[in-house]
Amino acid sequence: MSAPPILIPHASGTNRDGEAAQAIRLAGGSPRIVHVNELRDGSVRIGDHAAILLPGGFSYGDALGAGGRLALELRSWFADELAEAVSAERPILGICNGFQVLVKSGLLPGPLGSPRDVTLTENRAGRFECRWVTIRVETSCRSGWLGAAGGVTIRCPVAHGEGRIAVAGESVSRQIEADGLVAFRYMADGPRPTSDDPVSAAGVYPANPNGSVADIAGLCDQTGTVVGLMPHPEDHVIDWQRPSGPVGNTGRPLFEAFIAAAQ
Amino acid sequence: MRAEGADGYNAIVPAPSRLRGMVVRIDVTAPDDPAARQILDSALLLGVDRLVGCTITRVHHVRGDLSESDLARLCAEVLVDPVVDVHTIDAPASAGGRVVEVAPMPGVTDGDARELERAASQLGLPSIEVATARRYELHGALSDADVARLTRRLLANDTIEHAHEGEMDPEFAAATAADVRVDLVELDGLSDDALAQMSRERVLSLDVNEMRAIQAHFVAEGRWPTDAELETLAQTWSEHCVHKTFRAKIELTHKAADGTVTVSTHDGLLPALREVTEELDPWWLRSAFVDDAGIIAFDDTFDLAFKVETHNHPSALEPFGGANTGVGGVVRDVIGVSARPIACTDVLCFGPPDLPDSELPTGVLHPRRIREGVVSGVGDYGNKLGLPTVNGAVLYDKGYTANPLVYCGALGLLPHGMHPTEAHVGDRIISIGGRVGRDGIHGATFSSAGMDASTVDSVGSAVQIGDPITEKGLIEVIELARDAKLYTAITDCGAGGFSSSVGEMGEDLGVDVDLATVPLKYPGLQPWEIWLSEAQERIVIAVPPANMAELQSLCDAWDVELTDLGTFTGSERLVVHHGETPVVDIPMSFLHNGLPRREMTGAWADPVPTQVTTPEVDASVILELLAHPEVASKEDIVRRYDHEVRGGTVVRPFVGPEADGPADAAVLKPLGTDGTLAVVLSNGINPRIGRHDPWAMALHAMDEAVRNLVAVGGDPDRVAVLDNFCWGDPTKSDRLGSLVRAVQGCTDGARRYRMPFISGKDSLFNEFDGEAIPSTLLISALGLVPDLGRAIDSAGMQPDDDIWLVGQGSAHLGGSLASDVFDLCANTVPLPLDDPLPRYQAIHTAIAAGLITAAHDSSDGGIAVALAEMALAARLGLCVVVPADGLDPFTSLVNEGPGRLVLTGSPGNRGAIAAALGDFGRRIGEVTGGDRIVMAAPSGASGDAESLDSRELVLVELTIDQAVEAFTGGAVE
Repeated sequence: MSAPPILIPHASGTNRDGEAAQAIRLAGGSPRIVHVNELRDGSVRIGDHAAILLPGGFSYGDALGAGGRLALELRSWFADELAEAVSAERPILGICNGFQVLVKSGLLPGPLGSPRDVTLTENRAGRFECRWVTIRVETSCRSGWLGAAGGVTIRCPVAHGEGRIAVAGESVSRQIEADGLVAFRYMADGPRPTSDDPVSAAGVYPANPNGSVADIAGLCDQTGTVVGLMPHPEDHVIDWQRPSGPVGNTGRPLFEAFIAAAQ
Repeated sequence: MRAEGADGYNAIVPAPSRLRGMVVRIDVTAPDDPAARQILDSALLLGVDRLVGCTITRVHHVRGDLSESDLARLCAEVLVDPVVDVHTIDAPASAGGRVVEVAPMPGVTDGDARELERAASQLGLPSIEVATARRYELHGALSDADVARLTRRLLANDTIEHAHEGEMDPEFAAATAADVRVDLVELDGLSDDALAQMSRERVLSLDVNEMRAIQAHFVAEGRWPTDAELETLAQTWSEHCVHKTFRAKIELTHKAADGTVTVSTHDGLLPALREVTEELDPWWLRSAFVDDAGIIAFDDTFDLAFKVETHNHPSALEPFGGANTGVGGVVRDVIGVSARPIACTDVLCFGPPDLPDSELPTGVLHPRRIREGVVSGVGDYGNKLGLPTVNGAVLYDKGYTANPLVYCGALGLLPHGMHPTEAHVGDRIISIGGRVGRDGIHGATFSSAGMDASTVDSVGSAVQIGDPITEKGLIEVIELARDAKLYTAITDCGAGGFSSSVGEMGEDLGVDVDLATVPLKYPGLQPWEIWLSEAQERIVIAVPPANMAELQSLCDAWDVELTDLGTFTGSERLVVHHGETPVVDIPMSFLHNGLPRREMTGAWADPVPTQVTTPEVDASVILELLAHPEVASKEDIVRRYDHEVRGGTVVRPFVGPEADGPADAAVLKPLGTDGTLAVVLSNGINPRIGRHDPWAMALHAMDEAVRNLVAVGGDPDRVAVLDNFCWGDPTKSDRLGSLVRAVQGCTDGARRYRMPFISGKDSLFNEFDGEAIPSTLLISALGLVPDLGRAIDSAGMQPDDDIWLVGQGSAHLGGSLASDVFDLCANTVPLPLDDPLPRYQAIHTAIAAGLITAAHDSSDGGIAVALAEMALAARLGLCVVVPADGLDPFTSLVNEGPGRLVLTGSPGNRGAIAAALGDFGRRIGEVTGGDRIVMAAPSGASGDAESLDSRELVLVELTIDQAVEAFTGGAVE
């Protein structure tokens, strides 16, 4: 099977595109880092790609709120292409700033155009923080393509200042859980080697590094095609990248599921 | 004084047509904003305990013809987060508290305003003009004094912002008209006093000899210099740019402790450092001292570029902006050798965080606020560039209170042979990156003089806020332009702005520059200001005309602005004009060789040794050292830096199962490189030793850098180092004396360790009100780890492992942390090692063979602290018999003698380790596991671990939890 072409859009301030491309390559995909200007002027078409990975970074310097400016560009320039990708079930994955962009644009949890009742905002501690965390791919998540990695535990770093998932009221979080939109959750054992059956962080810092509601680290949309998370699984796809503890719990299963769905 | 034909020259260009339409004020508040809580906490530290609540509001003044629905869209699509924000339009919410509004001064980078303007056009709204502000509503029974104090000390920094109580009228940029005015400066006939006065008043930082040389040049040319010519010479001849002191002829009078006096002459400190490098000249050395950064070979394909800069004075005035642009500047140094930046380092020196306000000099920010701003500034820039900040140190000393030190380092990767350095006649002079404002004018000259309470007023313009996103664009474009071979030479545009970058680039050929082409942040700049502005995020390259089209399209694709300044002429003159208006016309020979060489005298006297009585040693001694801010965990600082981005971090700042043990050095595998070869970064710094013996300080700093580097698996036979001297006013003989001694230490050290200096930097005049900082030398080391799979850290030990000690103790406690903490007033420092390499080669052999499970260097607090740190990092108890080496128990535990490391290895490898370490290694105990850290004195003659049986030999016994509590509890808030 030939390596599917994966689009990695780059906007001013994007910076984890290199690692994202490495993770895609290791998972059998063919990454293409493309500046949004090239997408806008049509020299590169979103539709020519089997999947989209929105990488981390500080698009437009996080001015006016992390991801907000690029989210506006997605809405005003690429709404149709993105809708088309979703209906064609071409997976869209947003990591860190990419996740912020998907949420601020209304694609997550979506659907696009509906009033936004979920957001990513300032960490509870009020500052940028970098540390390794443990997350689990929720088996209850409705995302079809992510299902291939369901239950997998991943150790990887977070590195963000605006990663706290906040919702407009209790009912919203209940709905998110009920609809199976929770894709990733922070697990209790923080930087320690993970046990076989980790338990959720129960809101306790630093296992839950930012105070996200219900330890939610990532979400998917109603179709399950669009998935996003704050931590950086692309920074743990090779064994030596781990800080300490036993080999394993890399982010590769996530990217393999992503590529498999893009085939 | 006006130029002749002034009327012809003084074209007054009208301001651009202003946007008409009403100004609308949009207030956005996140009621749950964590920043509000931080203000309450900080207010308490400021002694304002009556502040009970605080609301922070983002204020946007929007000018333009926006309809109601336009405004609604702008809020819904861009400004207001429906989940966490509330907003009002033209109706600032007020709940009855005291209101303070803070706005950036015109010309200070305002990213939110710029992005909001862009967002409006993206939404197809009428074009708008935006000015932003922050609104604080303060609740509680606050006195006017409280509000003033909070405003001055917490909410605003009057260097870059203006603040006042109540609503503030918006101040939009572009308020002034362009002013193409060139003044002539009358020099001929001026007395020495008049020349000195002019140098002071214009912040030229030139001495009388230098002013006289300029006077003579223009008298000979039969004309008056323009303001721009005088400023250009001042920049190019500034200590900051040309390192006058390091090139000067110096006579040193050195008085030894025994009273013998020797007088020696030093024909240039910089030449002395270069000489050693040329003498060592290892095959892997690519470029030393000649470029913006030093370059060594990595593998057959890639080279590594490394540079460390300081940004001290700006950080003293505006900590965030100063540190922010410090990182930006050193990263550009690395871009300036055609490298892709891949990592940052930072070493910070502050006043005591608990300094009583009563001891705070006028016009000085409190060390806590400086630290907060500096750390945020370093993190903000490095994080936004996507660079891991992986190695550093934090020091505290009263001597840094008014003059903090901010060392910023950057590491870069470039394909071998891809750094062009020769511009040709006819090549275009191209500036790419940020626009020019009045920011940063006189930075180079201001950093070449001392500071006092009035400094803020006189040179506030020298401080800036960075724009990392623009610099990120530079990184991308330069890498692509380099690979496409579009430019023939490149340099960073830093101190002195165009005047030094273009002036240096054109030294051999001569240049012709038209400033009228330079895009400005706002009109109103005079030509000399455009020419000197140190506006950030700019790189200057030489581009053959044939490549211009391709470069232009590259810049367009990446949203990077390109400016064609002019051409390399071959005239060997620096010619600058603004349209038709002549601005500068001086021969390159005078600009670069006209500076009279300084002759200076320095004096140094070694202290007469004091008698030292050491206290009893017990667990409390070790815990107190562990809790000292320089030893204690730096997590609250370092976790605000991204140390994982680029996915190449092998050994990170924190190690062990709980990720809270301190690492000795950082190991990186550069993204995109093959094989197992990795990079190691480490540093050494010890101003405490420098107080007593600057020569020894240099050797000990080099030893610490190598110790740290070897401890993680680095190869001691392939280490390059950088020097960074931060000193006081070198025109005072004691400062200069210690500087010369430190340079002697560096050259002696480079020979003993066979480590070439590949680049360096001196920051002199670090004084406030005539008080100098502690003379501070930072040694930054760059090396290689042959196999990243064999890289180790200080926490990798296993239960039952043997514990080995390399190196002997020293009886001298001068410059040690223990001497400071326990007021021992020791002033004799440990003797540096004569032949240090063999021990490090032995350790490296053992580590490279996979025999060593953990390694940690003995530095601040001696091996007692080193052992405690290893135990707490690994959460494993240990038990050692500390060799006496003829020392009393206290000294044997806390002395900071050089060349000492603690290693661990499996008993199964005992023979192999003993063979590898030879006489350098002694087995002193074992990893017992459990929760106790036990350090004992040898029983009788034998210092053998086997003899540890009787309890009365125990000197120190503490639990892992006690160690963790001391180490982390002492962390900075």
